[in-house]
This record gives sequence, structure tokens and C-alpha cells, in this order.
Amino acid sequence: MPLLQIEDLHVSYQGRTGPVPAVRGISFALERERLGIVGESGSGKSTIGRAILGLLPPSASVTAAQMRLHDIDLLRADQRTLRRIRGKRISMVLQDPKYSLNPVMTVGRQIAESYRVHTRASATEAKRKALEMLEAVRIDNPERVYDLYPHEVSGGMGQRVMIAMMLIPEPELLIADEPTSALDVTVQAQLLVLINELIVRRGMGLILISHNLDLVASFCDRVVVMYAGRVMETCKASELDRARHPYTKGLLACRPLIDRARPELPQLARDPAWLDGPVAA
Amino acid sequence: MIDIRDVLVSFGSGSHRIDAVRAVSFFVEAGETFGLVGESGCGKSTLLRAIAGLQAIAAGSVSLAGHAVGPSRTRAERRLVQMVFQDPYGSLNPTHTVDRILAEPLAIQRLDKVDQRIDRALGEVGMGSQHRFRYPHQISGGQRQRVAIARALIMEPKILLLDEPTSALDLSVQAEILNLLKRVARDRGLTMLMVSHDLAVIAHMCSRIAVMKGGEIVETLPVDRLRRGEADDGYTRELLSSSLEAKRPG
Repeated sequence: MPLLQIEDLHVSYQGRTGPVPAVRGISFALERERLGIVGESGSGKSTIGRAILGLLPPSASVTAAQMRLHDIDLLRADQRTLRRIRGKRISMVLQDPKYSLNPVMTVGRQIAESYRVHTRASATEAKRKALEMLEAVRIDNPERVYDLYPHEVSGGMGQRVMIAMMLIPEPELLIADEPTSALDVTVQAQLLVLINELIVRRGMGLILISHNLDLVASFCDRVVVMYAGRVMETCKASELDRARHPYTKGLLACRPLIDRARPELPQLARDPAWLDGPVAA
Repeated sequence: MIDIRDVLVSFGSGSHRIDAVRAVSFFVEAGETFGLVGESGCGKSTLLRAIAGLQAIAAGSVSLAGHAVGPSRTRAERRLVQMVFQDPYGSLNPTHTVDRILAEPLAIQRLDKVDQRIDRALGEVGMGSQHRFRYPHQISGGQRQRVAIARALIMEPKILLLDEPTSALDLSVQAEILNLLKRVARDRGLTMLMVSHDLAVIAHMCSRIAVMKGGEIVETLPVDRLRRGEADDGYTRELLSSSLEAKRPG
């Protein structure tokens, strides 16, 4: 049985003039692998991550033929079950640590809290675990950093803290929604290497949501390309440069390249047929 | 066209003084597109603001089109340099229509033929009169950035300063905006100074590049050397390899 199974997921938001569809019939199964979801803004990629965790606002209506974590039906799970799944079995890292960390609590206490919520460990035990985790995300001086507030750490360090906090309950699945987009390129690379190591070592599944094709291609095993709430194609990440769908091809072509000069970038011509037409096998 | 000599920008005073830009000098030829790259906090945006006259400099000199410009600028000096910012949602007044956004700088500069100028500027950035009376929230992100570019072009500047003009945009929209900027620069013979953290974008747009770190320029190099990966400075090489690493599976 796959770790996560999603079949025909639809999400729509209530708009002033009727429901606005955001996700229209998405299906995929996730093993213990690294799956990338790429797409441009409005493609529905972030909505999928939130739908899995049941974090969409009440105005969103979610339907699916199936949405399961192992044998747990995420669609019909009550709030109590969902609370036990969030963090403990599936956790999520968001784009900007500035907004996702509690500004009035030291980072160490936040990590320790995330452990205690799920394990009933003592305060001392949780602190010891948190320090270990800070070390695992390669923070040089864990004792010192433990007592810092979020505004006292850099963006890269804040995101390491976020990752520590998300991985300390040892979830099976990490959903990372643009985890490095707010960071500098040199920091991005280090952080991705770190996430990769932790994921592989713990045998976890990863869903990496990003607008960055290159990042997803180099980091994941499989890539799902989304457009207007639908999957245009799914392929092996290593074969993304041989993508078949015109949307994927168009996106790949319009990237500026460091090593090649071009007078003009090819522009993506959006085909209305992509909205409801056939998708690449 | 742009001549920067030993520019120093600092914030705070005494023991709290931070030099965001330290003795930076460079020269941009007329019609050239010059790139400034570096990571957050390296001083690249501060330097751009100093050239635009939005930020006072503590020492050094800024000359534009052959004339030294001081802390308070004449109307003509302000018109000479226009700037496009990263986030068009933040840089366009949400309570003004596109028409008013474009009309205001014309009124400040006391220019005539307002209607004609607005139509022409919108046309130049690939938008039509149907967008003229929309508010920023009624148009897409790419269109907002086009309006921001139109607002800069409507002043008929000689110099365009671009602060991460596409980093808030989608890949396909980025391509459209970069093509647009290249085209107007060529058609109008504009001199552009572009700040970005994205080496690929900078390499595509610029002929020469300066790499900044800690408020200083660590290396200036022509783009073909960057393309061949021939950087002298260690930090430039590190930036280059991080940018390429994301492209090629490790």
C-alpha cells in the first residue's frame, strides 16, 4: 500500500459569483520517495499540500474519490484524528520562516514543544531532543541558538529551525511548500542537501512544491507538472528535459540560462486546450 | 552615463553605524545594461536607491549623463533616472487607476499631451486602452509590472534602474518582461542598471556584471567570462556553482 494515495481530488473556493475551482481532478500515489509538484502561481500546487493536511479554510470544498495516508481516510477523518496526523505523521515546511515561527518564543522552546505535543516527554527530555535536532540540521552552537528568538536568526537558520521542528516528531511524510524560495542561492543549495539527507536517512516521503523547475528536477525522483488545477504530465525528474507536454516544454524553454546567450527568450503561448484537453501520458 | 566613485552609504551613527555600501566605484557606458548581483544584505539595492536619489550618500560622488548629482535633485535630474521595483503590487498605489498612476508623474514634471503620452506608454509595454481605467488589483502580476515599466518610460528617461524586476513573477511572465525590457532598451537607447540575485537573469540581460558582497564590489566581469565560468573571485565562483548546482542533478 502506498504511503499516500490521492484519487480524483477536487478543491474549489467559494467566490462571489459561484465556486472557483483550484484543483480539478488530481490523482497520484506516493511511496517513500521524493515527489516534486511544479507549476506557476494559481496552478493549485499549494492547495494540494493544504488539502492533504486538512488545512484549507471552511470556504473551500474538498472532494475526492480517495485520499488516504496508509489506511487512514483523510477525507472522513475527524478533527481529533487529523490533529494526531498533523506534525506526527505528515508535517509541512512553508516558504518564509519569518512568518511561520512564533516571534515571542525562543526557537529551542518551539522545537521542544513540537516534540512534547506528540510524545508526552518530560521538559528535560524534550530539551535534550531539541538540542540533538538542532545539531542534526547542522546548527553550529545548538546551546546558544536554543535561546534565540526568531528575529535573532538569519533566514537560512530560521528555515533550519523550521525543519528541525517539523522532523522532531519523526513524521513519515514531509510536505515542503517553496521551502527555499525566500533564501539566497548559496543557502538554498545547503538547505536542500540537508533536507535530502534527513529524508533519505529516515526513509521518509517528500512532496516538494515549487515553481522552480531546475530545483525540482535536480532534487526529486518524480515530477508532477500542474497547470490550471490539473496535472499536465508526470515524469521521472531525470527525464524532465525530455518532457512531452507543450506546457512543460514551453516553461523549460523560457528560462534564461547562464551558459547560453540568446537575443530573446521564447515566450510561452498558452493554449486554451490545456485547460480541459488531453494530458501527456 | 553612470559614473559612481567611492560611494559610501551608512545607516545609524557612532557604534551603531553600519556601512551598507563601502567605497563602491563603477562606470556604465551609454546604452549598456550593467548588472549588480549579490545576496541579501550585500548593499545592491541600497546602491541602486542612492543612484536614484532615494538614499543620501555619506561620501563619494554620483554622476549621471556627465553631470554630478547632489542630494537634492532638479526636476530634470529626477526625470533622467527612473526606477522599477521588485513587487509591482507594492509599488503601485492600490487606490489609483492605471490612468492616474501614469498621469501623476506627468503632472509633477509639468508635461503636456497627457492622453497621448499615456496611450503611447501603455502601447509600448504591450497593454491597451482597455486596461487604462483598471485598478492594480484588477490586472495580473505581469500586467502590473508592465504598468510600473510604463510609468518609468513615460518620463522618457535615459537611465532605467531595475531592482529585481522579475523575481516576484512566474517563469513564463518573467520571459515576457525580460524581452520587453530588452526591446525598450534597444529602441530607446536606454542605459540600464539591473539588480538581481538570479545570475541567469543577469547573464541574459547584461553585458557586464559586478558582484557585491558585504557592501563592496568583489569583482567586475564581462558576461561571456561569467558564461564560461571564468570568475577570478572565490565568492563569484561560489555563487556561480550554487546557481548551476540547482540546474544539474548532483
